[in-house]
Amino acid sequence: MNNQDQIKEFIQKKVGEKVSFSNADDIFKLGLVNSLFALELVVFLENSFGIQVENEDLDLNNFRSVDNMNDFVAKKTA
Amino acid sequence: MALLEAAYQEFRSEVREFCEREIVPHAEKWDREEAISEDIIQKLAKKGYLGLTVPGEYGGQGKDSLYYAILNEELGRACSSVRSLVTVHGSLVSETMARWGTREQKSTLLPRLAKGELIAAYGLSEPEVGSDAKSVETSYQEHDDYYELNGQKKWITFATRADIIVIVAKNGEHVSTFLVHRTDPGVKIEKIHGMLGTSASGLGLITLENCRIPKDRLFGMKGMGFIQITNTALDNGRFSVATGALGIALASLEHSISYANERKTFGVPIGDHQLIKKKIADMTVAVKAARLLCYHAAEVRDRKDPSTYVHTTLAKYHASKAATMAATEAVQIHGAVGCLNTHPVQRLFRDARIMEIIEGTSEIQQLLLSNYALKNLTDIID
Ligand SMILES: Cc1cc2nc3c(=O)[nH]c(=O)nc-3n(C[C@H](O)[C@H](O)[C@H](O)COP(=O)(O)OP(=O)(O)OC[C@H]3O[C@@H](n4cnc5c(N)ncnc54)[C@H](O)[C@@H]3O)c2cc1C
Repeated sequence: MNNQDQIKEFIQKKVGEKVSFSNADDIFKLGLVNSLFALELVVFLENSFGIQVENEDLDLNNFRSVDNMNDFVAKKTA
Repeated sequence: MALLEAAYQEFRSEVREFCEREIVPHAEKWDREEAISEDIIQKLAKKGYLGLTVPGEYGGQGKDSLYYAILNEELGRACSSVRSLVTVHGSLVSETMARWGTREQKSTLLPRLAKGELIAAYGLSEPEVGSDAKSVETSYQEHDDYYELNGQKKWITFATRADIIVIVAKNGEHVSTFLVHRTDPGVKIEKIHGMLGTSASGLGLITLENCRIPKDRLFGMKGMGFIQITNTALDNGRFSVATGALGIALASLEHSISYANERKTFGVPIGDHQLIKKKIADMTVAVKAARLLCYHAAEVRDRKDPSTYVHTTLAKYHASKAATMAATEAVQIHGAVGCLNTHPVQRLFRDARIMEIIEGTSEIQQLLLSNYALKNLTDIID
């Protein structure tokens, strides 16, 4: 499974199987997740991709969509 | 079979001995006088209890969440006002700084917090805003080389003692957090008297009037004061309150068992009456379940599981309810003796009520739990 699929699978599990969204969708704007979910996402990304999310990384744009998270992970692991 | 490995049991013995010697003999007096002593703050600092979970590289003890659970449980068993200091200073501020502080904040401030040279508090609630924390009215304005804060923070634990207070403030839709020093211009702190419980925890009303602070006092990213800092701080604080509440429930049960064995009515110890037995049984189950939930939450926290917060919420919700139930029954079992303000169970009874209000009320915990369960029960149950 590539990074994108892994991220999508995690979010899908959290929002429920019946909710559909694309890799480009802003999951915060769509109201799919609450603010507490942002912290879950941070921990998930750290654990799954061996990265350390620092204070400076906490720009919501990094976490808005599956695509943005994928780019963020790629940048951190480059 | 013991629930914990030997090293944790040894730590419990150490903390319990400390509490029996340094806290329990003074707890009723501190409660009546609405202040813990400066001496106990220094003693907690010397033992390393004010920075137990802060990593060693920042001057803390680097202990895991289970050690922290035991510390809070034992402090809660002895005196919830002292436990409150560890909650706000250790969990809400120091642990959050270890996670999200800038390099500068972590290298200069955190070691002083971990050693107790500086004491910290967390200012989120306001006269008009509690559970709906995102609606804070305290405002901040950004200028070239300073921020200016205006507003009020109410019910702030140890505001009367803290050197540094995290202030959550708003600019339009953006929420940010700041490290305000009590000595900053435009800061006024007044003590709040007459609280029902945790009476010695130095609650204060903070008024910020044109309070100007340097730019490097921003805590966390700008605009992320709720999502990043407050959510992390509340999750940390909730764990401390959960385990502190477990301590109240345990103490209530222990007092009840001794009294049930000692007090006689109708020619037998009251523990022989079936209605008293039922109370002891219910309290025992509630305490054991609280312990299991708290220690499980500790394990999940250390595993860095993404669903950590829901396990902490579960533990806090149950443990605070268990504390209320056990302390209420403890007063009932003690009869008139338990109503006297020199008896620990009346203090436990008052302190227990507070546990269902701080770090998110029981109703807010119910909302968090049910919202999570409705979408993803598996992560909670498995
Ligand atoms: C001893 C003590 C110490 C404290 N220390 C601090 C501190 O250090 N820092 C700090 O920032 N704050 C502190 N607080 C404040 C505390 O966090 C708030 O009291 C708490 O968040 C609840 O807010 P509130 O009192 O304004 O109640 P409200 O939010 O006004 O709620 C009133 C009632 O309505 C219920 N309610 C609210 N919304 C809902 C809803 N959506 N659904 C169902 N029921 C709802 C609540 O559960 C409660 O029962 C402290 C409070 C106490 C008592």
